[in-house]
Amino acid sequence: MDLQSQIIQYLVTGLTVGSIYAMVGLGFTIIYNATGIINLAQGEFVMFGGLIMVFLTATLRIPMLPAFFITLALVTVIGMIYERVFINPLKHSSLITIIIVTVAVSIFFRGIAMFIWGKNPYSLPPFSSGKPIMIAGAAILPQIFWVLGLSLLTVILMNLFFNRTITGKAMSACAGNRLAASLVGINVSKMILLSFALSATLGAIAGTTITPIALMEYDRGPLLALKGFCAAVLGGLGLGTGAVVAGFIIGIIESFSAGFISSGFKDAIALIILILVLFIKPSGIFGSEEVGKVKQF
Amino acid sequence: MGKQNYLKLLGLLIVIAGLPLLIRGDYYLSILVFMGINGLVVMGLSLLMGYAGQISMGQAAFYGIGAYCTGVLTTHFGLSIYTAFFFGIFLSIVVAILVGIPALRLKGHYLAVATLGIGEIVFIVFNEWMSLTGGPSGLSNIPVVHLGNFQFANSLRFYYLVWGINLLALFFSLNIIHSRVGRALRSMHGSETAASAMGVNLSFLKIQVFILSAVFASIAGSLYAHFVSFISPNNFGLMVSIMFLMMGVIGGIHNIWGALFGASLLTFLPEYLRVFDQYDILVYGAILLLILLFMPEGFLEGVPALYRKLFKRKKS
Amino acid sequence: MSEALLKIQNLKKAFGGLLAIVDFSVLVEAGQIKSVIGPNGAGKTTLFNLITGVHPVSAGKIFFQGKDITRLRPHQIAARGISRTFQTIELFGNMNVLENVMVGCHTRFRSGMLASGLRLPNMRRDETRIYQNSIKLLQMAGLASKAEMPATSLPLGEQKTLEILRALASEPRLLLLDEPAAGLNESETDRMSELIYAIRDQGITILLVEHDMRLVMKISDEIAVVNYGQKIAEGHPEVVQNDPQVIEAYLGGDIEYA
Repeated sequence: MDLQSQIIQYLVTGLTVGSIYAMVGLGFTIIYNATGIINLAQGEFVMFGGLIMVFLTATLRIPMLPAFFITLALVTVIGMIYERVFINPLKHSSLITIIIVTVAVSIFFRGIAMFIWGKNPYSLPPFSSGKPIMIAGAAILPQIFWVLGLSLLTVILMNLFFNRTITGKAMSACAGNRLAASLVGINVSKMILLSFALSATLGAIAGTTITPIALMEYDRGPLLALKGFCAAVLGGLGLGTGAVVAGFIIGIIESFSAGFISSGFKDAIALIILILVLFIKPSGIFGSEEVGKVKQF
Repeated sequence: MGKQNYLKLLGLLIVIAGLPLLIRGDYYLSILVFMGINGLVVMGLSLLMGYAGQISMGQAAFYGIGAYCTGVLTTHFGLSIYTAFFFGIFLSIVVAILVGIPALRLKGHYLAVATLGIGEIVFIVFNEWMSLTGGPSGLSNIPVVHLGNFQFANSLRFYYLVWGINLLALFFSLNIIHSRVGRALRSMHGSETAASAMGVNLSFLKIQVFILSAVFASIAGSLYAHFVSFISPNNFGLMVSIMFLMMGVIGGIHNIWGALFGASLLTFLPEYLRVFDQYDILVYGAILLLILLFMPEGFLEGVPALYRKLFKRKKS
Repeated sequence: MSEALLKIQNLKKAFGGLLAIVDFSVLVEAGQIKSVIGPNGAGKTTLFNLITGVHPVSAGKIFFQGKDITRLRPHQIAARGISRTFQTIELFGNMNVLENVMVGCHTRFRSGMLASGLRLPNMRRDETRIYQNSIKLLQMAGLASKAEMPATSLPLGEQKTLEILRALASEPRLLLLDEPAAGLNESETDRMSELIYAIRDQGITILLVEHDMRLVMKISDEIAVVNYGQKIAEGHPEVVQNDPQVIEAYLGGDIEYA
């Protein structure tokens, strides 16, 4: 493979992985904005998305399209139960405790997943059949277009939701000031529930689309959460678009460093960038200093 | 430090001294050793979380730096254990300063993010720097600790070594808590604005506590390496950092004794859960969640509170 | 006349596009009780936050004892001898009454983490002195019997007093009081003015922000009136009271003398 096709190959891989990081990062942002919590079980939504999709299509033989939507619904419900059972009762606890609870939840979810699916990775057929498409010597799987297309669509829908609908605006208001939001009649508790539901849906979309390319197993969550968290922080915690862009940047940098430097150090590179950016501009690439000072986390 | 704490410390000393009379067998003694090692890390973390109000999500990095420093320097370079040991502490301090100064200058939880990053970076270095660390397959034949000609070669001797150091660290921590520095730390938790208006240098204090927690972790790591004589990167990954955090929260972060309790409980629990075979992770997660749901302030404060709650309900 | 204790020169503060303080200058002479009054949102608390370094200054200079303290951080300013209380009480709720005052002593002692951990002799000496100083302050205000109580369990009036004691523990040259009488009843307010006199008599200069006009008019040596971040009047209480601009600012003479 010549250099040019190599570069294209890495770029496409980076975009694909990056879109998953972007979705996880966006999921972090949504919950963070409504609650101030860093939900470290975010990666488990992705894992559930992938594995439930596998279960529905391979075991129950449900066709791809309905299975996709059932998966989203199920994972969303998981997210809502999670919020009601584990987060809501602790609303008076300290932030540290709640973050630890999200860790415990992630361990528990992994336990459930292992109980059901065991330790082996599962694969999923691609959403549409077809040969890899050759672009300038680089082979691109059709599934990659699904990943990119669906995540782009999701990001656009989320943007519309937060900027154009009353509910979306109400959620943003919660982010600004929870007390004020409740005083103007916004049901904050409902908004928090909704934020977990949305976050879970996002995770499920990421999980279902990436599984045909990258397989899925019970303990994939933590690493994804770590990368998604990096994206959320790099993008300026609380900024949805920032998280998405940062997710893509991390994905691309990782893919190139794996290709040209060393695959072992690729995970370190995203983190080194994260730390460097935090040193230079603590509010993230897209965050403003003024807003950053008000934030709890 | 109040009289009460001296009594508690004395009580703990007696329990520690006497415990090996009741518990026999290398297996149980080694669990006690791990309790002591984990307790040391969590104590530092407790000072950081409960008193300085900061989260470290990468404490295993310092634990690992301590372990690999003594491991690599004694096996590859033939340095004495003590030199290696202090080098580990030194390196941990340097890393803590490099991470801490930029992250703690700012308000908020940037330290959580920065330590998460450094934890992973250190983990990757352990994995990839094959020539020194042995990579994923680990580093073996780490020599035993000795004091002159006295070898801490069996579990019993090591048990006393670890818990001796642990008690010293506890004494040190309790002294800090009940001093001008400790009050400044707690005041910071009460109100950062007022604390700084009273002349408390917030970021400097936070960095100091972070460094102290790194030193504790590094000492614990060195002890670990010499006790098990074999280390691999997996002993120092993200999950280990999270586990330390969890031990702190479960014990109760606002109380240094809680750190010891949480560390002991969570060291013991997984051993016990082995009967669940491969489903241990499920049971483990469920137990953690139950504890956190019913005792969000941790065991030491949670058990009396829970008791009061149940008792009151019965009465009414 | 010698140099003023606190000199504020052309101070400016903008939050985003909002100007909170516009070109504000004031002098506080040593030994004075000086008050800053003005309608809500006039920028009084912002002024305190600028003096004590909580917010960075947008422009202008602040001198304390002839030295520029404009860019110093809060704890450095505290060490120079400026202490303060807060409008919304900021006691350390996780500590008891005595410990709150002991934190106030922080800047006057040095023993650090290592000395404390090892209980070195100098640390033990410091601890005794911190304890004695704090108890003495509590005794002065009649709070010694409540030393072991959680700070936030005290009634409001005593919490306000405790905040002042905590500030005094740092042995300041200048004490900034942010609405010390807010929420207090008449007899409590009278006691507060006694306390403020007592502090002044120890040689501590006081800068006061207050809404209770009766108190302000009674105890102040000088008053500066701010509105929309600007000083609109300054002088002796009687002079200020009759200033048409001041009356205008308080919506046609809304100053309460009750």
